[in-house]
Amino acid sequence: MGGATPAATAAAVARDSYGRLIAYLAARSHDIAAAEDALGDAFAAALKHWPVDGVPDAPEAWLLTTARRRLHDRWRHGRVKAGAEETLRIVFGELATVAPEAQFPDERLKLMFVCAHPAIDPAARSALMLQTVLGLDAARIASAFLVAPATLAQRLVRAKTKIRAAGIAFEVPREDEWLERLADVLEAIYAAYGTGWDDVAGTDPRTSGLAQEALTLAAMLARLVPDAAEAWGLVALIAFCQSRAAARRNAAGDYVPLAAQDPARWDGELLAVAEAALKQAAALGVPGAFQIEAAIQSAHTQRRLGASVPQGTIVALYDALVALQPTIGARVSRACALGEAEGAAAGLAALATLAAADVGGYQPYWAALAHLAAAAGRTETARAARERAVGLSTDPAVRRFLLRETERR
Amino acid sequence: MEYMLLFYQPTSDFAERADPAKAGDYMAGWMSYVQAVQEAGIVKSGAGLQAPATATTLRVSEGKRRVQDGPFADAKEQLGGFFIIDVPDLDTALTWAARAPCAATGGVEVRPALPPRA
Repeated sequence: MGGATPAATAAAVARDSYGRLIAYLAARSHDIAAAEDALGDAFAAALKHWPVDGVPDAPEAWLLTTARRRLHDRWRHGRVKAGAEETLRIVFGELATVAPEAQFPDERLKLMFVCAHPAIDPAARSALMLQTVLGLDAARIASAFLVAPATLAQRLVRAKTKIRAAGIAFEVPREDEWLERLADVLEAIYAAYGTGWDDVAGTDPRTSGLAQEALTLAAMLARLVPDAAEAWGLVALIAFCQSRAAARRNAAGDYVPLAAQDPARWDGELLAVAEAALKQAAALGVPGAFQIEAAIQSAHTQRRLGASVPQGTIVALYDALVALQPTIGARVSRACALGEAEGAAAGLAALATLAAADVGGYQPYWAALAHLAAAAGRTETARAARERAVGLSTDPAVRRFLLRETERR
Repeated sequence: MEYMLLFYQPTSDFAERADPAKAGDYMAGWMSYVQAVQEAGIVKSGAGLQAPATATTLRVSEGKRRVQDGPFADAKEQLGGFFIIDVPDLDTALTWAARAPCAATGGVEVRPALPPRA
Protein backbone atom coordinates (compact mmCIF):
# COMPACT_ATOMS: atom_id res chain seq x y z
CA MET A 1 0.00 0.00 0.00
CA GLY A 2 3.07 2.23 -0.36
CA GLY A 3 3.18 5.36 1.72
CA ALA A 4 -0.56 5.95 1.76
CA THR A 5 -1.98 6.88 5.14
CA PRO A 6 -4.41 4.40 6.72
CA ALA A 7 -7.25 6.86 6.27
CA ALA A 8 -6.42 7.36 2.59
CA THR A 9 -6.24 3.61 2.07
CA ALA A 10 -9.61 3.15 3.75
CA ALA A 11 -11.07 5.87 1.54
CA ALA A 12 -9.61 4.25 -1.58
CA VAL A 13 -11.00 0.83 -0.65
CA ALA A 14 -14.35 2.43 0.11
CA ARG A 15 -14.39 4.07 -3.31
CA ASP A 16 -13.30 1.02 -5.28
CA SER A 17 -14.87 -1.85 -3.38
CA TYR A 18 -17.87 -0.61 -1.44
CA GLY A 19 -20.43 -2.03 -3.85
CA ARG A 20 -18.62 -5.34 -4.19
CA LEU A 21 -18.37 -5.74 -0.42
CA ILE A 22 -22.05 -4.87 0.16
CA ALA A 23 -23.14 -7.12 -2.69
CA TYR A 24 -21.11 -10.02 -1.35
CA LEU A 25 -22.43 -9.65 2.21
CA ALA A 26 -26.04 -8.99 1.15
CA ALA A 27 -26.12 -11.87 -1.33
CA ARG A 28 -25.44 -14.20 1.57
CA SER A 29 -27.42 -12.60 4.38
CA HIS A 30 -30.28 -11.33 2.13
CA ASP A 31 -30.28 -8.29 4.39
CA ILE A 32 -28.94 -5.16 2.69
CA ALA A 33 -29.46 -2.90 5.71
CA ALA A 34 -27.56 -5.28 7.99
CA ALA A 35 -24.78 -5.60 5.42
CA GLU A 36 -24.47 -1.81 5.25
CA ASP A 37 -24.38 -1.47 9.02
CA ALA A 38 -21.78 -4.20 9.35
CA LEU A 39 -19.57 -2.72 6.63
CA GLY A 40 -19.92 0.70 8.25
CA ASP A 41 -18.71 -0.81 11.52
CA ALA A 42 -15.82 -2.47 9.68
CA PHE A 43 -14.70 0.84 8.18
CA ALA A 44 -14.87 2.46 11.63
CA ALA A 45 -12.77 -0.38 13.02
CA ALA A 46 -10.26 0.07 10.20
CA LEU A 47 -9.82 3.75 10.99
CA LYS A 48 -9.18 2.78 14.60
CA HIS A 49 -6.84 -0.19 14.05
CA TRP A 50 -4.92 0.55 10.87
CA PRO A 51 -3.07 3.63 12.19
CA VAL A 52 -1.85 1.46 15.12
CA ASP A 53 -1.34 -1.98 13.57
CA GLY A 54 -0.54 -0.82 10.07
CA VAL A 55 -2.60 -1.26 6.92
CA PRO A 56 -3.18 -4.99 6.22
CA ASP A 57 -1.85 -6.51 3.01
CA ALA A 58 -5.35 -7.20 1.76
CA PRO A 59 -7.48 -4.34 3.10
CA GLU A 60 -10.62 -5.51 1.29
CA ALA A 61 -10.42 -8.97 2.82
CA TRP A 62 -9.76 -7.45 6.24
CA LEU A 63 -12.90 -5.32 5.94
CA LEU A 64 -14.91 -8.27 4.68
CA THR A 65 -13.82 -10.50 7.55
CA THR A 66 -14.56 -7.78 10.10
CA ALA A 67 -17.96 -6.99 8.58
CA ARG A 68 -18.84 -10.67 8.45
CA ARG A 69 -17.97 -11.03 12.14
CA ARG A 70 -20.21 -8.05 12.96
CA LEU A 71 -23.06 -9.55 10.97
CA HIS A 72 -22.61 -12.85 12.71
CA ASP A 73 -22.56 -11.24 16.18
CA ARG A 74 -25.67 -9.29 15.40
CA TRP A 75 -27.51 -12.40 14.30
CA ARG A 76 -26.39 -14.32 17.36
CA HIS A 77 -27.37 -11.60 19.79
CA GLY A 78 -30.59 -10.88 17.98
CA ARG A 79 -33.65 -12.97 18.51
CA VAL A 80 -32.73 -15.70 16.10
CA LYS A 81 -35.50 -18.18 15.62
CA ALA A 82 -34.62 -21.81 16.12
CA GLY A 83 -35.55 -22.72 12.57
CA ALA A 84 -33.44 -19.95 11.14
CA GLU A 85 -30.28 -20.95 12.94
CA GLU A 86 -29.52 -23.80 10.60
CA THR A 87 -29.79 -21.46 7.62
CA LEU A 88 -27.53 -18.97 9.31
CA ARG A 89 -24.93 -21.60 10.05
CA ILE A 90 -24.86 -22.46 6.37
CA VAL A 91 -24.72 -18.82 5.33
CA PHE A 92 -21.93 -17.91 7.69
CA GLY A 93 -20.15 -21.17 7.24
CA GLU A 94 -19.80 -20.23 3.61
CA LEU A 95 -18.63 -16.75 4.51
CA ALA A 96 -16.03 -18.18 6.85
CA THR A 97 -14.48 -20.26 4.09
CA VAL A 98 -13.41 -17.16 2.15
CA ALA A 99 -9.66 -17.02 2.63
CA PRO A 100 -8.51 -13.53 3.55
CA GLU A 101 -6.28 -13.26 0.52
CA ALA A 102 -8.78 -14.80 -1.87
CA GLN A 103 -10.57 -12.70 -4.43
CA PHE A 104 -14.20 -12.79 -3.40
CA PRO A 105 -16.77 -13.20 -6.18
CA ASP A 106 -18.39 -10.12 -7.66
CA GLU A 107 -22.09 -10.20 -6.76
CA ARG A 108 -22.94 -6.67 -7.86
CA LEU A 109 -24.98 -7.87 -10.82
CA LYS A 110 -27.22 -9.86 -8.46
CA LEU A 111 -27.54 -6.82 -6.24
CA MET A 112 -28.56 -4.66 -9.20
CA PHE A 113 -31.20 -7.18 -10.25
CA VAL A 114 -32.54 -7.23 -6.70
CA CYS A 115 -32.67 -3.42 -6.50
CA ALA A 116 -34.60 -3.22 -9.78
CA HIS A 117 -36.93 -6.14 -9.02
CA PRO A 118 -40.50 -5.45 -10.16
CA ALA A 119 -41.67 -6.16 -6.61
CA ILE A 120 -39.74 -3.09 -5.42
CA ASP A 121 -41.38 0.34 -5.40
CA PRO A 122 -40.31 1.86 -8.76
CA ALA A 123 -39.63 5.18 -7.05
CA ALA A 124 -37.00 3.50 -4.89
CA ARG A 125 -35.16 1.43 -7.52
CA SER A 126 -32.55 3.79 -8.90
CA ALA A 127 -31.92 5.36 -5.52
CA LEU A 128 -31.48 1.94 -3.98
CA MET A 129 -28.95 1.03 -6.65
CA LEU A 130 -27.00 4.24 -6.20
CA GLN A 131 -26.91 3.72 -2.47
CA THR A 132 -26.00 0.06 -2.35
CA VAL A 133 -23.87 -0.42 -5.46
CA LEU A 134 -22.06 2.92 -5.43
CA GLY A 135 -22.31 3.73 -1.75
CA LEU A 136 -23.79 7.19 -2.30
CA ASP A 137 -25.20 8.58 0.90
CA ALA A 138 -28.95 8.98 1.20
CA ALA A 139 -28.90 12.75 1.74
CA ARG A 140 -27.08 13.30 -1.54
CA ILE A 141 -29.38 10.96 -3.48
CA ALA A 142 -32.40 12.61 -1.89
CA SER A 143 -31.44 16.08 -3.05
CA ALA A 144 -30.63 14.77 -6.50
CA PHE A 145 -34.05 13.17 -6.80
CA LEU A 146 -35.63 16.32 -5.37
CA VAL A 147 -37.30 14.53 -2.49
CA ALA A 148 -36.97 15.21 1.21
CA PRO A 149 -34.14 13.14 2.73
CA ALA A 150 -36.57 11.72 5.29
CA THR A 151 -38.94 10.60 2.53
CA LEU A 152 -36.17 8.92 0.58
CA ALA A 153 -34.65 7.33 3.66
CA GLN A 154 -38.06 5.88 4.49
CA ARG A 155 -38.49 4.62 0.93
CA LEU A 156 -35.08 2.96 1.01
CA VAL A 157 -35.70 1.35 4.38
CA ARG A 158 -39.04 0.04 3.13
CA ALA A 159 -37.42 -1.36 -0.01
CA LYS A 160 -34.68 -3.12 1.95
CA THR A 161 -37.21 -4.54 4.39
CA LYS A 162 -39.30 -5.78 1.48
CA ILE A 163 -36.30 -7.49 -0.11
CA ARG A 164 -35.57 -9.35 3.11
CA ALA A 165 -39.15 -10.07 4.20
CA ALA A 166 -40.54 -11.04 0.81
CA GLY A 167 -37.63 -13.36 0.13
CA ILE A 168 -36.46 -11.81 -3.14
CA ALA A 169 -33.69 -14.05 -4.42
CA PHE A 170 -30.17 -12.67 -4.86
CA GLU A 171 -29.84 -14.28 -8.22
CA VAL A 172 -29.38 -13.39 -11.80
CA PRO A 173 -32.87 -14.21 -13.10
CA ARG A 174 -33.71 -17.24 -15.21
CA GLU A 175 -33.18 -16.99 -18.91
CA ASP A 176 -36.84 -16.38 -19.79
CA GLU A 177 -37.03 -13.39 -17.44
CA TRP A 178 -33.54 -12.17 -17.96
CA LEU A 179 -34.08 -9.68 -20.76
CA GLU A 180 -37.10 -8.05 -19.19
CA ARG A 181 -35.37 -7.72 -15.84
CA LEU A 182 -32.20 -6.39 -17.43
CA ALA A 183 -34.37 -3.78 -19.11
CA ASP A 184 -35.61 -2.77 -15.63
CA VAL A 185 -32.04 -2.41 -14.40
CA LEU A 186 -31.10 -0.31 -17.43
CA GLU A 187 -34.20 1.87 -16.98
CA ALA A 188 -33.34 2.46 -13.34
CA ILE A 189 -29.82 3.58 -14.26
CA TYR A 190 -31.18 5.78 -17.04
CA ALA A 191 -33.64 7.32 -14.58
CA ALA A 192 -30.75 8.17 -12.28
CA TYR A 193 -28.94 9.73 -15.22
CA GLY A 194 -32.02 11.69 -16.26
CA THR A 195 -32.21 13.20 -12.81
CA GLY A 196 -28.64 14.42 -13.12
CA TRP A 197 -29.17 15.56 -16.70
CA ASP A 198 -32.14 17.74 -15.80
CA ASP A 199 -29.69 19.90 -13.96
CA VAL A 200 -28.62 21.26 -17.33
CA ALA A 201 -26.39 23.94 -15.92
CA GLY A 202 -24.41 21.46 -13.87
CA THR A 203 -24.23 24.20 -11.30
CA ASP A 204 -26.76 22.75 -8.93
CA PRO A 205 -24.63 21.28 -6.14
CA ARG A 206 -27.43 18.88 -5.32
CA THR A 207 -27.18 17.00 -8.59
CA SER A 208 -23.61 17.58 -9.74
CA GLY A 209 -21.92 14.25 -10.14
CA LEU A 210 -25.06 12.14 -10.25
CA ALA A 211 -24.81 11.94 -14.05
CA GLN A 212 -21.24 10.73 -13.65
CA GLU A 213 -22.33 8.11 -11.11
CA ALA A 214 -24.96 6.82 -13.52
CA LEU A 215 -22.30 6.45 -16.20
CA THR A 216 -20.11 4.52 -13.76
CA LEU A 217 -23.05 2.26 -12.94
CA ALA A 218 -23.87 1.68 -16.62
CA ALA A 219 -20.25 0.90 -17.47
CA MET A 220 -20.03 -1.51 -14.55
CA LEU A 221 -23.21 -3.26 -15.67
CA ALA A 222 -21.96 -3.55 -19.26
CA ARG A 223 -18.75 -5.18 -18.05
CA LEU A 224 -20.77 -7.63 -15.92
CA VAL A 225 -23.04 -8.59 -18.84
CA PRO A 226 -20.79 -8.01 -21.86
CA ASP A 227 -23.15 -9.88 -24.21
CA ALA A 228 -26.07 -7.54 -23.57
CA ALA A 229 -26.11 -5.09 -26.47
CA GLU A 230 -28.48 -2.68 -24.74
CA ALA A 231 -26.17 -2.38 -21.74
CA TRP A 232 -23.45 -1.06 -24.06
CA GLY A 233 -26.10 1.02 -25.80
CA LEU A 234 -26.89 2.71 -22.48
CA VAL A 235 -23.21 3.36 -21.80
CA ALA A 236 -22.93 4.95 -25.26
CA LEU A 237 -26.06 7.05 -24.83
CA ILE A 238 -25.08 8.39 -21.43
CA ALA A 239 -21.50 9.07 -22.53
CA PHE A 240 -22.70 10.96 -25.65
CA CYS A 241 -25.09 13.10 -23.62
CA GLN A 242 -22.55 13.66 -20.90
CA SER A 243 -19.89 14.72 -23.43
CA ARG A 244 -22.04 17.74 -24.24
CA ALA A 245 -22.80 18.67 -20.64
CA ALA A 246 -20.55 21.74 -20.60
CA ALA A 247 -21.62 22.96 -24.05
CA ARG A 248 -25.28 23.25 -23.07
CA ARG A 249 -24.64 26.65 -21.50
CA ASN A 250 -22.65 29.63 -22.74
CA ALA A 251 -20.38 31.80 -20.62
CA ALA A 252 -23.38 33.88 -19.52
CA GLY A 253 -25.19 30.75 -18.33
CA ASP A 254 -27.72 30.86 -21.16
CA TYR A 255 -29.20 27.77 -22.79
CA VAL A 256 -27.51 26.71 -26.05
CA PRO A 257 -29.53 24.38 -28.31
CA LEU A 258 -27.68 21.38 -29.75
CA ALA A 259 -27.42 22.79 -33.30
CA ALA A 260 -25.78 25.96 -31.99
CA GLN A 261 -23.30 24.29 -29.63
CA ASP A 262 -19.58 24.71 -30.18
CA PRO A 263 -18.24 21.19 -30.90
CA ALA A 264 -14.90 22.22 -29.43
CA ARG A 265 -16.61 22.31 -26.06
CA TRP A 266 -17.70 18.68 -26.30
CA ASP A 267 -15.64 16.25 -24.24
CA GLY A 268 -13.50 14.28 -26.71
CA GLU A 269 -12.61 11.58 -24.21
CA LEU A 270 -16.23 10.82 -23.41
CA LEU A 271 -17.10 10.86 -27.10
CA ALA A 272 -14.45 8.19 -27.67
CA VAL A 273 -15.91 6.12 -24.82
CA ALA A 274 -19.35 6.51 -26.37
CA GLU A 275 -18.28 5.54 -29.88
CA ALA A 276 -16.41 2.49 -28.58
CA ALA A 277 -19.43 1.35 -26.55
CA LEU A 278 -21.74 1.84 -29.52
CA LYS A 279 -19.42 -0.20 -31.72
CA GLN A 280 -19.33 -2.95 -29.10
CA ALA A 281 -23.14 -2.95 -28.96
CA ALA A 282 -23.51 -3.04 -32.74
CA ALA A 283 -21.14 -6.00 -32.99
CA LEU A 284 -23.59 -8.06 -30.90
CA GLY A 285 -26.24 -7.63 -33.58
CA VAL A 286 -29.23 -7.13 -31.27
CA PRO A 287 -30.67 -3.66 -31.85
CA GLY A 288 -32.53 -1.82 -29.12
CA ALA A 289 -33.85 1.57 -28.11
CA PHE A 290 -30.78 2.73 -26.17
CA GLN A 291 -28.53 1.83 -29.09
CA ILE A 292 -30.72 3.72 -31.55
CA GLU A 293 -30.79 6.77 -29.30
CA ALA A 294 -27.02 6.55 -28.97
CA ALA A 295 -26.69 6.27 -32.75
CA ILE A 296 -28.78 9.43 -33.11
CA GLN A 297 -26.43 11.19 -30.71
CA SER A 298 -23.48 9.88 -32.68
CA ALA A 299 -24.92 11.30 -35.91
CA HIS A 300 -25.28 14.71 -34.26
CA THR A 301 -21.61 14.71 -33.32
CA GLN A 302 -20.48 14.38 -36.96
CA ARG A 303 -20.29 18.17 -36.93
CA ARG A 304 -17.21 17.87 -34.73
CA LEU A 305 -15.31 16.30 -37.61
CA GLY A 306 -16.32 19.12 -39.93
CA ALA A 307 -18.98 17.02 -41.66
CA SER A 308 -22.58 18.12 -41.85
CA VAL A 309 -25.17 16.41 -39.67
CA PRO A 310 -26.74 13.59 -41.74
CA GLN A 311 -30.38 14.65 -41.29
CA GLY A 312 -31.80 11.81 -43.41
CA THR A 313 -30.00 9.21 -41.31
CA ILE A 314 -31.33 10.79 -38.14
CA VAL A 315 -34.91 10.60 -39.43
CA ALA A 316 -34.41 6.92 -40.33
CA LEU A 317 -33.08 6.23 -36.82
CA TYR A 318 -36.06 7.98 -35.26
CA ASP A 319 -38.36 5.90 -37.48
CA ALA A 320 -36.72 2.79 -36.03
CA LEU A 321 -36.99 4.16 -32.50
CA VAL A 322 -40.68 5.03 -32.87
CA ALA A 323 -41.37 1.57 -34.31
CA LEU A 324 -39.74 0.06 -31.21
CA GLN A 325 -41.03 2.52 -28.62
CA PRO A 326 -43.79 4.87 -29.82
CA THR A 327 -43.37 7.18 -26.84
CA ILE A 328 -44.49 10.77 -27.08
CA GLY A 329 -40.89 11.93 -26.63
CA ALA A 330 -39.61 9.82 -29.53
CA ARG A 331 -42.41 11.01 -31.81
CA VAL A 332 -41.84 14.69 -31.03
CA SER A 333 -38.10 14.25 -31.63
CA ARG A 334 -38.82 12.48 -34.92
CA ALA A 335 -40.98 15.42 -36.03
CA CYS A 336 -38.10 17.81 -35.28
CA ALA A 337 -35.67 15.63 -37.25
CA LEU A 338 -38.13 15.52 -40.14
CA GLY A 339 -38.36 19.31 -40.00
CA GLU A 340 -34.59 19.57 -40.35
CA ALA A 341 -34.39 17.00 -43.14
CA GLU A 342 -37.42 17.81 -45.27
CA GLY A 343 -38.53 21.24 -44.19
CA ALA A 344 -40.77 22.73 -41.53
CA ALA A 345 -44.00 21.66 -43.25
CA ALA A 346 -43.05 17.97 -42.98
CA GLY A 347 -42.19 18.41 -39.30
CA LEU A 348 -45.48 20.19 -38.61
CA ALA A 349 -47.40 17.44 -40.39
CA ALA A 350 -45.74 14.84 -38.15
CA LEU A 351 -46.58 16.87 -35.04
CA ALA A 352 -50.19 17.13 -36.20
CA THR A 353 -50.57 13.35 -35.96
CA LEU A 354 -50.06 13.42 -32.18
CA ALA A 355 -53.15 13.29 -29.99
CA ALA A 356 -53.92 16.54 -28.22
CA ALA A 357 -54.46 14.72 -24.94
CA ASP A 358 -50.90 13.32 -25.04
CA VAL A 359 -49.13 16.61 -25.65
CA GLY A 360 -51.09 19.08 -23.52
CA GLY A 361 -48.53 19.22 -20.70
CA TYR A 362 -45.47 18.07 -22.65
CA GLN A 363 -43.07 21.01 -22.94
CA PRO A 364 -40.88 19.64 -25.78
CA TYR A 365 -43.96 19.35 -28.03
CA TRP A 366 -44.77 23.04 -27.64
CA ALA A 367 -41.14 24.07 -28.06
CA ALA A 368 -40.95 21.97 -31.25
CA LEU A 369 -44.22 23.39 -32.56
CA ALA A 370 -43.01 26.93 -31.87
CA HIS A 371 -39.74 26.29 -33.69
CA LEU A 372 -41.29 24.60 -36.73
CA ALA A 373 -44.25 26.99 -37.04
CA ALA A 374 -41.88 29.97 -36.94
CA ALA A 375 -39.74 28.39 -39.68
CA ALA A 376 -42.90 27.87 -41.76
CA GLY A 377 -43.89 31.52 -41.31
CA ARG A 378 -46.93 30.71 -39.18
CA THR A 379 -46.19 33.51 -36.74
CA GLU A 380 -49.37 33.36 -34.71
CA THR A 381 -49.19 29.57 -34.10
CA ALA A 382 -45.51 29.94 -33.21
CA ARG A 383 -46.18 32.71 -30.71
CA ALA A 384 -48.97 30.80 -28.95
CA ALA A 385 -46.92 27.58 -28.83
CA ARG A 386 -43.88 29.40 -27.48
CA GLU A 387 -45.97 30.92 -24.72
CA ARG A 388 -47.23 27.47 -23.81
CA ALA A 389 -43.67 26.09 -23.86
CA VAL A 390 -42.46 28.86 -21.56
CA GLY A 391 -45.31 28.14 -19.18
CA LEU A 392 -44.37 24.46 -19.05
CA SER A 393 -40.60 24.94 -18.64
CA THR A 394 -39.04 24.10 -15.30
CA ASP A 395 -35.57 25.36 -16.19
CA PRO A 396 -35.13 29.15 -15.88
CA ALA A 397 -32.42 29.19 -18.58
CA VAL A 398 -34.69 27.41 -21.06
CA ARG A 399 -37.47 29.85 -20.17
CA ARG A 400 -35.11 32.78 -20.82
CA PHE A 401 -34.07 31.25 -24.14
CA LEU A 402 -37.67 30.84 -25.31
CA LEU A 403 -38.67 34.34 -24.20
CA ARG A 404 -35.74 35.82 -26.10
CA GLU A 405 -36.86 33.93 -29.22
CA THR A 406 -40.26 35.55 -28.82
CA GLU A 407 -38.76 39.03 -28.74
CA ARG A 408 -36.64 38.30 -31.78
CA ARG A 409 -39.59 37.32 -33.93
CA MET B 1 -40.22 -19.72 2.52
CA GLU B 2 -43.96 -19.90 2.89
CA TYR B 3 -46.11 -17.58 0.81
CA MET B 4 -49.84 -17.14 0.69
CA LEU B 5 -51.31 -16.74 -2.76
CA LEU B 6 -54.58 -14.83 -2.42
CA PHE B 7 -56.75 -15.18 -5.50
CA TYR B 8 -58.78 -12.06 -6.17
CA GLN B 9 -61.58 -12.45 -8.67
CA PRO B 10 -64.05 -10.08 -10.33
CA THR B 11 -67.81 -10.54 -10.05
CA SER B 12 -67.84 -12.04 -13.54
CA ASP B 13 -65.64 -14.94 -12.34
CA PHE B 14 -68.06 -15.76 -9.53
CA ALA B 15 -70.97 -15.50 -11.99
CA GLU B 16 -69.29 -17.94 -14.38
CA ARG B 17 -68.77 -20.39 -11.58
CA ALA B 18 -72.50 -20.26 -10.75
CA ASP B 19 -73.68 -20.53 -14.36
CA PRO B 20 -74.24 -24.21 -15.29
CA ALA B 21 -73.47 -23.41 -18.94
CA LYS B 22 -70.06 -21.93 -18.11
CA ALA B 23 -69.08 -23.63 -14.87
CA GLY B 24 -67.53 -26.60 -16.69
CA ASP B 25 -64.90 -24.59 -18.55
CA TYR B 26 -64.33 -22.37 -15.57
CA MET B 27 -63.72 -25.25 -13.18
CA ALA B 28 -61.57 -27.14 -15.70
CA GLY B 29 -59.15 -24.20 -15.78
CA TRP B 30 -58.88 -24.12 -12.01
CA MET B 31 -58.69 -27.88 -11.60
CA SER B 32 -55.67 -28.15 -13.88
CA TYR B 33 -53.97 -25.29 -12.03
CA VAL B 34 -54.72 -26.82 -8.62
CA GLN B 35 -53.43 -30.16 -9.83
CA ALA B 36 -50.21 -28.62 -11.14
CA VAL B 37 -49.57 -26.83 -7.84
CA GLN B 38 -50.26 -29.99 -5.88
CA GLU B 39 -48.06 -32.14 -8.09
CA ALA B 40 -45.22 -29.70 -7.57
CA GLY B 41 -45.29 -30.76 -3.92
CA ILE B 42 -45.24 -27.19 -2.59
CA VAL B 43 -48.73 -26.92 -1.08
CA LYS B 44 -49.03 -26.47 2.69
CA SER B 45 -52.75 -25.76 2.53
CA GLY B 46 -55.38 -24.06 0.47
CA ALA B 47 -59.04 -23.84 -0.41
CA GLY B 48 -61.46 -22.37 -2.85
CA LEU B 49 -64.09 -20.18 -1.24
CA GLN B 50 -67.79 -19.81 -1.83
CA ALA B 51 -69.08 -16.60 -3.39
CA PRO B 52 -68.60 -13.27 -1.53
CA ALA B 53 -72.37 -13.06 -1.02
CA THR B 54 -72.04 -15.95 1.43
CA ALA B 55 -69.57 -14.01 3.58
CA THR B 56 -70.30 -12.61 7.01
CA THR B 57 -68.09 -9.95 8.56
CA LEU B 58 -67.76 -9.44 12.27
CA ARG B 59 -66.30 -6.56 14.24
CA VAL B 60 -66.28 -6.11 17.99
CA SER B 61 -66.67 -2.53 19.12
CA GLU B 62 -67.32 -1.35 22.65
CA GLY B 63 -67.67 -4.96 23.69
CA LYS B 64 -70.48 -5.60 21.24
CA ARG B 65 -70.38 -7.96 18.33
CA ARG B 66 -71.37 -6.25 15.13
CA VAL B 67 -72.19 -8.79 12.51
CA GLN B 68 -72.65 -7.70 8.95
CA ASP B 69 -73.76 -9.46 5.83
CA GLY B 70 -71.10 -9.50 3.10
CA PRO B 71 -67.31 -9.50 2.67
CA PHE B 72 -64.89 -7.32 4.65
CA ALA B 73 -64.25 -4.76 1.94
CA ASP B 74 -66.63 -3.59 -0.73
CA ALA B 75 -64.22 -3.97 -3.64
CA LYS B 76 -64.57 -4.83 -7.32
CA GLU B 77 -62.45 -7.94 -6.83
CA GLN B 78 -63.05 -10.35 -4.01
CA LEU B 79 -61.09 -13.18 -2.45
CA GLY B 80 -62.04 -16.41 -4.20
CA GLY B 81 -59.50 -18.79 -2.73
CA PHE B 82 -55.97 -19.20 -1.46
CA PHE B 83 -52.95 -21.44 -1.32
CA ILE B 84 -50.10 -21.49 1.15
CA ILE B 85 -47.06 -22.74 -0.70
CA ASP B 86 -43.49 -23.41 0.34
CA VAL B 87 -41.01 -22.25 -2.31
CA PRO B 88 -37.44 -20.88 -2.20
CA ASP B 89 -38.10 -17.25 -3.10
CA LEU B 90 -40.51 -14.56 -4.23
CA ASP B 91 -39.91 -15.09 -7.93
CA THR B 92 -40.86 -18.74 -7.70
CA ALA B 93 -44.02 -17.76 -5.81
CA LEU B 94 -44.78 -15.15 -8.48
CA THR B 95 -44.33 -17.76 -11.19
CA TRP B 96 -46.98 -19.93 -9.54
CA ALA B 97 -49.24 -16.92 -9.01
CA ALA B 98 -49.04 -16.07 -12.70
CA ARG B 99 -50.40 -19.50 -13.63
CA ALA B 100 -53.65 -19.06 -11.68
CA PRO B 101 -56.60 -18.51 -14.04
CA CYS B 102 -57.66 -15.41 -12.10
CA ALA B 103 -54.27 -13.74 -12.70
CA ALA B 104 -55.71 -12.73 -16.07
CA THR B 105 -59.19 -11.72 -14.85
CA GLY B 106 -58.53 -10.30 -11.39
CA GLY B 107 -55.19 -10.60 -9.64
CA VAL B 108 -53.14 -12.58 -7.17
CA GLU B 109 -51.63 -11.11 -4.03
CA VAL B 110 -48.46 -12.85 -2.92
CA ARG B 111 -47.53 -12.44 0.73
CA PRO B 112 -44.78 -14.06 2.74
CA ALA B 113 -46.06 -15.83 5.86
CA LEU B 114 -44.56 -14.94 9.22
CA PRO B 115 -41.87 -17.46 10.12
CA PRO B 116 -43.12 -20.08 12.61
CA ARG B 117 -42.44 -19.26 16.25
CA ALA B 118 -39.76 -21.28 17.93
